[in-house]
Amino acid sequence: MSDAEKGAYRRDAASAIKDHCLQGGLQKIQNRYGRGAMRCWAEMADGGLRDRVKESRIKTLENLDVVLSLLAEKIEEAGGQVYYARTAEDAADYCRRVARKNEVKSVVKGKSMTSAEIGLDVVLEEEDIEVTETDLGEFIIQLGEDRPSHSIAPCIHLDRQRIGRLFQEKLGIPYSDDPPELTRAARRVLRPKMVAADMGITGCNFAVAETGKISLVSNEGNIGMCTTMPRIHLALMGIERVAPTMSDHRGMLQLLTKGAALQKLSTYVSFLGGPRQANDPDGPEEFHLVMIDNGRSRILADKEFREVLACLRCGACLNICPVYGKIGGHAYNSPYAGPIGAVVTPLLFGINRYADLCKGESLCGACLDICPVKIDLPRLLLALRHKLAYGDPAWQTRKHKPLEALAFRFWRFCIASGTLYRLGRRCAGIVQKPFIAKTGMIKKMAGPASAWTHDRDLRPLAKESFSKRWKKRYARAAQKKTSEVDHG
Amino acid sequence: MHTKVTLFVQCLVDSIYPQAAEAMVEVLRRLKVPVEYPADQTCCGQPAYNAGYQREARAAARRFVRIFESAEAIVCPSGSCVHMVRHHYPELFAGESIDYRMRVKAIGNRCFEFSEYLTEVLGVVNIGAFFPARVTYHDSCQLLRGLGIAEQPRKLLGHVEGLELLEMRDSDVCCGFGGTFSIGYPEISTAMVDEKIDNIVATGAEYVTGCDVGCLMNIEGRLSRREQAVKVIHIAEILASGGELR
Repeated sequence: MSDAEKGAYRRDAASAIKDHCLQGGLQKIQNRYGRGAMRCWAEMADGGLRDRVKESRIKTLENLDVVLSLLAEKIEEAGGQVYYARTAEDAADYCRRVARKNEVKSVVKGKSMTSAEIGLDVVLEEEDIEVTETDLGEFIIQLGEDRPSHSIAPCIHLDRQRIGRLFQEKLGIPYSDDPPELTRAARRVLRPKMVAADMGITGCNFAVAETGKISLVSNEGNIGMCTTMPRIHLALMGIERVAPTMSDHRGMLQLLTKGAALQKLSTYVSFLGGPRQANDPDGPEEFHLVMIDNGRSRILADKEFREVLACLRCGACLNICPVYGKIGGHAYNSPYAGPIGAVVTPLLFGINRYADLCKGESLCGACLDICPVKIDLPRLLLALRHKLAYGDPAWQTRKHKPLEALAFRFWRFCIASGTLYRLGRRCAGIVQKPFIAKTGMIKKMAGPASAWTHDRDLRPLAKESFSKRWKKRYARAAQKKTSEVDHG
Repeated sequence: MHTKVTLFVQCLVDSIYPQAAEAMVEVLRRLKVPVEYPADQTCCGQPAYNAGYQREARAAARRFVRIFESAEAIVCPSGSCVHMVRHHYPELFAGESIDYRMRVKAIGNRCFEFSEYLTEVLGVVNIGAFFPARVTYHDSCQLLRGLGIAEQPRKLLGHVEGLELLEMRDSDVCCGFGGTFSIGYPEISTAMVDEKIDNIVATGAEYVTGCDVGCLMNIEGRLSRREQAVKVIHIAEILASGGELR
């Protein structure tokens, strides 16, 4: 989304609201997982876990350089290779070099949002490499040349009928909308790909510095195959996704699986880090870990925003946000959607460019309540809006709406004086008169306020404000009453 | 005797729903609480703050502090304004002297939402109100999640004679108002308020009530456009209805 595509968020949101299939999916996931996660937190025996994990996350972030260098050391000790990528291009280019050097013809991928962040698929396609997504949801997205709309459930915008037709068309199988049947069909395609691939590329849920392993959480079993069958395993991690110790990792994992899917534990948790050792029955010949910065160190350096890097990427905030619940993931135009995406996307890819994400929320606070590590997303959204209000060279941010800024300066001028404020109110009272319909409500307004009356009416200003009524009716009585009580 | 209450009347209430503030005065007077109203008050700064204009919000906040500093108890018929004063003012003045910050914090601690003040400070749940109607209650976001107020208004409504409280589905989900959000992103806001209205209508209630006029204005606007008969009423108006204090 560039500045030229101003209004894309509103436009995409509006069309999402009309998509019945998407609305059905969103309702289901929010009713089950959003409400469910809130119940999980309320009923959790270890009530202090969330605060402890948050504390550990913040501490890790404050010592990130040390923790990452320990992680790198441990992985290299085990024969793995670590690359620190400053930018998305840098990271994608490293993947390209590894693929070229090893004459990679086919890649199987595990679900990874960082892969989308660095635009990896395009780069691999340029190299004529066959890329196959192996996570079922991501596989469906790839087949449909679609985009994921939820960080955990990427094809929440599709129902099984649509998926059935897609499989029929793309895989040449008879139509079915039976989920087990469709899953078997996907499996028949995916299994040989995983067996034959030259390279497996995965994300990284978390890395553990003291053991030099990354952890991958999955329910489908594709991760095990992607990381052990191909000759090369390359994992992409955002630099913040690390725990110093296994003990820190345990809490993070618990909260991740609960927040994401109400699970005590996912079906699989794989710990990987390094090529196959002499006595290993299987495993890759090469292991690469790409640590991706791509703007994260700038977030880390800013105390106001640092907290957002504590995110576990569980997606729980998507499952409760009433805005996401209406517009789904595509309108965010980013690998990161929902409340967390509305904060992380502008910080990573440009505050002005993604201004609509900063402003397009109602600040209801449900995301803060559901976040397993209690990231104050409403506060962060306000901080982003603050940058947009005045501009900030440190974030290369320009004043977003000079006219709006002017309007608020005028507003300040008015509210600074009771007299002016009351005068303004009186003027508005006169101006509104022709707009009041027979019902007593305003049905149509002019200027920016017309956005309100597009779908809603508005109660007009009262003939007499409270301050006037007070003066007339209460002031004397109250005085009398007060003195009565005072002396009574 | 009770502490004197200084009314902090949200700008929307002052201009659009003055009857809510009048009702609040009526209830407090029935409870024999002395009431005063600083006529020079304007706005707490919330609209500017939520839109990112912290300098402008700070100017409004400074004015608020000046006007209300001498108040013993500040009572407001709007949860979001109290949330602003209690929780956002300290953030706005983080760069000020310790002395000023302490004063701001103290004002926040003396500032109460109306239903909170009645139940927790005065310890009253039965005002002796009579309101024979089916009513549903909407949990406003800043009131619920910012101030943690959910039971207090329900307790008050539960003691109103003749009133049948019908809980709506997802009463704690945002109505889509969000201040400038509703004007900046009307499609999303409308989709949200539509769901709220479906849930309100499904209860069969004649009235929807709440403790924040911003939300009520939004809900009323959409109800009216959809030509629904459900009426919007501030909780203070219900509590001020009927009879004398029993």
